[in-house]
Amino acid sequence: MATVPKVEVGTDYKEKYGFFVPEEYVFKAKRGLNPEIVKEISWMKQEPEWMTNMRLRSLEIFRKKPMPKWGADLSVIDFENIFYYLKASDKQSKTWEELPPDIKATYDRLGVPEAERKFLAGVSAQYESEVVYHSLQEDLTKKGVIFTDTDSALRDHPELFKEYFGTVIPPADNKFSALNTAVWSGGSFIYVPKGVRVDIPLQAYFRINAENMGQFERTLIICDEGSFVHYIEGCTAPIYTTDSLHSAVVEIIVKKNARCRYTTIQNWSTNVFNLVTKRAMAYADATMEWVDGNLGSQITMKYPSVYLMEPGAKGDVLSVAFAGKGQHQDAGGKMIHVAPNTTSTITSKSISKGGGRTSYRGHIKIYPGANNCKSFVKCDALLLDDESRSDTYPYNDVDAENVTLGHEATVSKVSDEQLFYLMSRGIPRGEAETMIVNGFIEPFTKELPLEYAVELNRLIQLEMEGSVG
Amino acid sequence: MADFEIKDLRASVEGRQILKGVSLDVSKGEVHAVMGPNGSGKSTLSHTLMGHPGYTVDGGSVLFKGQNVLELEPDERARLGMFLAFQYPVVVPGISMTNFLRTALNSKRGYDGKDKSKQVTPKEFRSMLKDELEVLHMDDSFLPRYINDGFSGGEKKRAEILQMAMLRPEIAILDETDSGLDIDSIKFVADAVNRMRGPELGILIITHYTRILEFIKPDFVHVLVDGKFVLSGGSEVADRLEKTGYSEWGKEETAQPQEVA
Ligand SMILES: Nc1ncnc2c1ncn2[C@@H]1O[C@H](COP(=O)(O)OP(=O)(O)OP(=O)(O)O)[C@@H](O)[C@H]1O
Ligand SMILES: [Mg+2]
Repeated sequence: MATVPKVEVGTDYKEKYGFFVPEEYVFKAKRGLNPEIVKEISWMKQEPEWMTNMRLRSLEIFRKKPMPKWGADLSVIDFENIFYYLKASDKQSKTWEELPPDIKATYDRLGVPEAERKFLAGVSAQYESEVVYHSLQEDLTKKGVIFTDTDSALRDHPELFKEYFGTVIPPADNKFSALNTAVWSGGSFIYVPKGVRVDIPLQAYFRINAENMGQFERTLIICDEGSFVHYIEGCTAPIYTTDSLHSAVVEIIVKKNARCRYTTIQNWSTNVFNLVTKRAMAYADATMEWVDGNLGSQITMKYPSVYLMEPGAKGDVLSVAFAGKGQHQDAGGKMIHVAPNTTSTITSKSISKGGGRTSYRGHIKIYPGANNCKSFVKCDALLLDDESRSDTYPYNDVDAENVTLGHEATVSKVSDEQLFYLMSRGIPRGEAETMIVNGFIEPFTKELPLEYAVELNRLIQLEMEGSVG
Repeated sequence: MADFEIKDLRASVEGRQILKGVSLDVSKGEVHAVMGPNGSGKSTLSHTLMGHPGYTVDGGSVLFKGQNVLELEPDERARLGMFLAFQYPVVVPGISMTNFLRTALNSKRGYDGKDKSKQVTPKEFRSMLKDELEVLHMDDSFLPRYINDGFSGGEKKRAEILQMAMLRPEIAILDETDSGLDIDSIKFVADAVNRMRGPELGILIITHYTRILEFIKPDFVHVLVDGKFVLSGGSEVADRLEKTGYSEWGKEETAQPQEVA
């Protein structure tokens, strides 16, 4: 995987850019899911009729689709007991004092600034980074780049929006994409014009408000021919929410010769079901890279995929999952080789601790006629104790000729020899274990902007010390 | 009383007794060489002294600074002042040599992430590293590489001595550090060790060859056969072994501890 130019996100970026959008409308939140609520959401947002209809259609589909039977047990989700749309101010009902102590402790240990903590913990609706969003917007506008939240995009760029929305992941794709299409709110919208390279990573984090962090984000990225963008979603600090269901949809179109990298680091509080559909279409000689880090949550099910639509397209998934006590991370990737001469790699690293469970679930499909494709899958699991568990479920469907398919899987424990070696230099056991774990995920960390890499290492340290809930 | 006293040490691996009562006194300022045939228990001794979890102590004691180090964790032994240069250094992927050396040095100095005054400063760290790399004729291109990853046999051995030089132990055990080193590298390693040699350091060199002992002159030479010392003396013992090998201790039953005049 090629490396993206490193930027000091923490300093440069914060000083130059960042913004938030105030929420002004009034809406009374109700629990449950029915056509009235869906219509109300759409009305609130003053959406065009086609969107209202699409939402309603999607609700129907959601109703009819069965729950996925494989993977984690989702039967405990009570769809009638969820707020499907919350105005930002409704989310602020919590106070700092009500937060679970482990979350507070983690913010302390990570040294997350006060304002940011309140936002991440849902105590305040916005994270106001000190930076000026407008200067970023100016830079981008000059180049013709659109970077906004998805609701605004529908309002301000209706044609572009309609052309692509729901084309990569149609509502009927799966139960949760149907749910998301029915009730989506927030998320990011990016359009990069032909030949434009955006050389700083675009981060949702700095322009995020409670709505973007909501349960049903919808992200749409279009990289026009020969363009490049790196988008970063999330942050390493734990995000506390009392909402139990997070079900996002991310659609990406990477046109001829373009390259898109989508980096996610998510760390939901451990009550969250995180069920996300992420898919990209890559056209001739285009490259799509998913860099996906999953910590926290109770259950995560997430398999970023790339449809390799035309010759020369390339797809990469690099993912890390950490499952602690009571957590199940079911993650992996899918590569669908539609055209000949396409290549893909999936690298998955998972860590299980304290009875946590990780699963790698992957699918490589090579269509008839998609000859001369190459795909390589590597999954490494690290188990930190005997109670923890890791499984791999790789599925391959190959219907073409002259295909190179590789699969490597390892399951290991922290090696006694490595531990002894580090300890023999005076490094205490806990610290030595943490170093080995951070070393294990280093192929992932080194792909992150420096500040994220540092934060991730610190977070792993906290997870290892068991001080994260 | 010696600074470091091994008394009647017995240890086993996988249920098999390997060390059958080893006693040795090492004081700071002294260099002891341990020689012995393959499989006689030399690495078992070095691992047991450092606290490798795969070796079970069946009896005896090792006294250092008023403590029985056999009761301590390996990291505690290291912080007390012990060091082991491994016969087979371990590869640890994903951790750079720099990070490793810095973390080890900070641990050695008792820095636990809180008291910043104990932390090695970047400047001090760089200058220490620079000096030691020079003596060992090592390139700083090693530093960003993962611990021992892809290092040649000789590079691994030199990296062990680099660690020793950074950590400045008081009792150092060098387990066949000379094996696999070319003639020049033996000299560089010997130079680095001799630089550290002095009243503050006791050394136990495990080796098969007298060459290294020409550069690092031992004060005592001990012969380990089948888990016991069978002969101890001055450097003439090494010369004698060079000529006659270990044939005279062909069997355990005939092995009798001897003193050479
Ligand atoms: N982990 C282990 N499992 C089983 N047997 C072991 C283990 N470690 C050591 N032994 C056995 O203990 C005996 C002593 O081994 P040790 O490594 O101490 O020898 P040595 O004197 O260092 O030999 P060399 O000169 O070849 O390095 C050998 O018979 C060896 O096979
Ligand atoms: Mg040995």
